[in-house]
Parts: sequence; structure tokens; C-alpha cells
Amino acid sequence: MTGLFSVLYARKIAFTGMLAILTILVFAIFAPLITPYDPTSMNPLEKLEPPSASHPFGTDNFGRDTFSRVVYGARMSLLGSTGVVVFATIFGVAIGTLCGYFKSVELVLMRIVDVLMSFPPLLLALVLVSIMGRGLVNVIIAVGVTYLTRTTRIIYGMTLKIKEEPYIEASYASGATTFRILLRHVVPNLMSPLIVQSTFTFAFSLLEMASLDFLGLGIPPAIPSWGNMLSEGSIYLTRAPWLLLFPGSFIVVTVLSLNLVGDVLRDRLDPRFRAEISGV
Amino acid sequence: MIPSLFLASIIVFSFIHFIPGDPAAVMLGDMATPEQVQQLREALGLDRPVYVQYVRWLSGVLRGDLGNSIFFHQPVTRVIASRAETSVFIALISMALITLIGIPIGVLSAVKYNSWLDQTLSGLSMFFASVPTFWLGLNLMFIFAVMLRWFPSSGFPSVIESGDWGNLRYLILPCLTLAAPNSALIIRLTRSSMLDVIREDHVRTARAKGLPEWKIILKHVFRNALISIVSALGFTFVALVSGTVVTETVFSLPGIGRLVVESILRRDYPVIQGIILVIVLLYMFINLLVDLSYAFLDPRIKYS
Repeated sequence: MTGLFSVLYARKIAFTGMLAILTILVFAIFAPLITPYDPTSMNPLEKLEPPSASHPFGTDNFGRDTFSRVVYGARMSLLGSTGVVVFATIFGVAIGTLCGYFKSVELVLMRIVDVLMSFPPLLLALVLVSIMGRGLVNVIIAVGVTYLTRTTRIIYGMTLKIKEEPYIEASYASGATTFRILLRHVVPNLMSPLIVQSTFTFAFSLLEMASLDFLGLGIPPAIPSWGNMLSEGSIYLTRAPWLLLFPGSFIVVTVLSLNLVGDVLRDRLDPRFRAEISGV
Repeated sequence: MIPSLFLASIIVFSFIHFIPGDPAAVMLGDMATPEQVQQLREALGLDRPVYVQYVRWLSGVLRGDLGNSIFFHQPVTRVIASRAETSVFIALISMALITLIGIPIGVLSAVKYNSWLDQTLSGLSMFFASVPTFWLGLNLMFIFAVMLRWFPSSGFPSVIESGDWGNLRYLILPCLTLAAPNSALIIRLTRSSMLDVIREDHVRTARAKGLPEWKIILKHVFRNALISIVSALGFTFVALVSGTVVTETVFSLPGIGRLVVESILRRDYPVIQGIILVIVLLYMFINLLVDLSYAFLDPRIKYS
């Protein structure tokens, strides 16, 4: 972890990105302590008020405080992306390593993964949500499936390389089982590319989930998420542009910061894997 | 490509079977009578074994019959065709913009590596790659359509029906919305591919021979970097489709992207299946073209 930190510190811009992510994370965790108002409490007397001292980000069509909603929205949006990363990582590592190790599994599963990669991610996620229904968990699974394919591809490629290393052969010679080799030698060596890929998955899934919310097929509208806020705010584009400005800016800052951090990590952490990882 | 197409058809076909409960009842909604549900079940062949349904569906697809839309009561192919004009124009104009913006700026960024120009361009491309498409679209709409009134804010009257090419101005903002984040990706990829080649020995040799810089960049670096750039442009298609779904919704355009969203909200699964199948087919065909172009771009690659 100290190594990771020093790598980021070496590049000031990535360090700034890291600080921005940490700040938003603190916002999300300590939301009840930071927000001046309840994000769901309505006040018809203060409808669509522009930013002021009492409402720094203005209010929405129900008189709800936009700042409080943005801070609470961070919770939902970050939670969703974390879910996608966890889902894509667990299944991506499992499928990728198994396909890299067992030819018969590879023949079936990798073909499915390859074909799924030719489905536009947002379209696939939309169809899956329409089948499973709205809600945070379903959205995480739907978006997770689209990112799972990329993680699987990377892990599969890496496993094929690692499998040929002499230390794997040595483990076999010393009598280790395939399962033990996978768990003790292959998976730990996948950590660097996984960390980098997770950064990009986090960033892009945040964008995709916001798009789903905007299209009305994401997290239920009653729950404040950045995408839902933008979806509601877009109706008041001309009357209350601040409803678009603040949640949108938070998405941009978060995704930009993650991309900056991911870029530096990819270049510095393990240059051998540069070609494998898909980022921006 | 054939096994992939076969697999893709199975995945698209299965969508309808993943719906929990009776797909016919779900598609018709709460207001449908049991007779209507039974009628649709029979029309879709849902009362037969799954493999019979698949063979029937696939044989229809191979004859160009994608089934009937539940909402429009029309063949899916006709529904898709009626919305194709907008999306084809958007895809072509956006792709042209992405290529014309992305590649030259990427090359410039690599040639001026680490200069203030490179850092500014890289920063800008990173920014645009991080912006949600719909948010960018709404901002462009607010600035250029609402405040400045330079462009129309929504809709797209048909060019083919009216014969008025001036209607394409309706697509300027949507195409810019789509092109910005995708150009950003092409800029970054062109830059990194160019930088990878610039460091190679043959480029140093070309410099040592005293070739003019523009010739080194165009003939020795760009030509070699082109393979990665072309494959990235092929991959952009998938991102473009995802972007079109959102952009057509933001600008209320009568295209296939908006049709997908509307069909999902209406649970019109035959239309959804049809559109996805057409898109996946198109993507595989583009990938094939990209693969074939490798032989043209790099004479060392030969397909027997």
C-alpha cells in the first residue's frame, strides 16, 4: 500500500485525483454529519431556488436541498460502482483463471464471453434490468455482467502467461494440486492488473449506471443517486440549470480522478501488463 | 464468425425466456385478458418446447423475418427500417467527426510529446472521456440551443422524405455529443500507439538517414500505428451504439436508440431482440472488415 501511495505521490495530478476520490468517499460515509438537511424532506415554499447561503447548491422541484442530495447521492453511486467492481472481479477471476487452465472450460465459456463483448454494454445492461427489474442489486448485476467480460478477458490472457512461468512448473514438481497452484500462485500474481482494471471498471460503471438512471431503468427514482438527480433535473434544464450542474460535476470529478489514478497505476505499477488492460 | 453468430443468436433468443413468470403476460401488461395472453403465447410459439421455438425463430431470422412487434402490430424489420434513417446519419456523421478529430489530434499530441500542447490536449481528452454522454448533451443543448439559439434543440425531420439536406442541422448537437467522448478515446489511443512506434529502432534509423520529420512521422510511425488505430475505430462502434441510445433520448430523435428504450419500457421483446441481433451482426461484420484491413495496412499479414 505504501508503494501504491508513493507511485501516486510522484505524479501530482494523480495525487490530486486520489485526494478528490477520498474527499467524495468521506462525503459518502459521513453523509448524515455533513448534510444540513434531510435529502428527502420536501419544502414547497423553497421550490427551485438558486444557490444561496442556506442552500449552497440550490433546491429542486420539491424544495429538497440539492447539496444534501448530492452528498447522499455519492453514497448510492459509489456503492453501485463498488458492487460492480466486486461482481466483475469475483466472477472475472474465477472464469478467467479456469478458462486459462482448463481447455474444456475455455472452449465453452470464452466463446460466450467473446460473443457478449460484441453486445453494446449499455444495451445489454438495459435488457438485463428490464428482465430482472429495477433496484440497486439488479443494476449492479446487469452492469457487472457487461464489465465481467472485460475482466475475464484480461485475467484469461494473464493466466495463460503465468501458467508457463518456471515457478508454476516447480510447484507441480513439488506435488502441489492445480487448485492450490491457482489459489496460491496464479491469483496473487493477477493483483496488479486487477487493481488497475478495477479502477477503470469503477469509473466506467459509474457512467453506465448514471445513464441507466437517466433512462429510467436504474435505481428507483425515490432514492437520491447522481443519475436520478440528473434525470429529474433535465426537466428543469432552462429554469434550474444548477440541478444539472452540481450532480453532473460530481460525476465528472469522480470519473476523471479515477481515470487519472488508473492511468498512473497502469504506467507505474506493472508496465509488463500495459497492453493487456483496457482503459481510456 | 459463424459459430459466434450462432452463439449470439442463442443469447438474443434466450432473453425472452429469462423473464420471470409468463413472458406473454409480462409483455401484455396487467390490463390483458387471459385470452389475449393465450393468443400471444400461441403467436410467439411459447407453448412449444424451447428448441422448437428456437429453430422456428432462427429459420425466420435467416429469411429476414424478425417477428412482429407487440406494440406496433407490424413486422419488426419494418419498425426498425422506419427508424433507421436518423441512426444511420448519426452514426456516419459521428464516425467521420471521431476520425477527423481523434486521429490528427492524437498524432499531434504524440509528435509534441510532453510539451504544453500535448499536456493540454491529453488533459482535454481525459476530461471528455470522463463526462457522461447525456450530461454533455444536456449542456450542449442548454448552451447552443436554448441560450444562443444556434441549433434546434430536439427532433429530426426526415431528409429523405423532405429532400431538404438542411435538416441535418438537427443532428449537429447530437453528433457532437457522441463524438466528444469517443474522439477522446481515439486521441488517447492514437497518441499511445504513435509513442510506442516512435521509440522503435527503425524510426531512429530513419532519422539517422536524414529523412525530413514529416516523412518519418507519416511513413514510418503513423503507418505502423495505424493497425491499433483502425481496430480501436472498429471497437468505437459498440461505444457509439451505447451513446446513441442515450443521445437520441436526450434530443428526442426518432432513431433506433430511442426505439430500444421505448421498447424496453413497453416490454416489446420481439423489437428488442431484433435490434440487438442486427447490431451484433453489424458489429461482427465491422470486425471482419477491420481484420481484413490488417492485410492491407501491414503487408506482412496475409490471409490464406
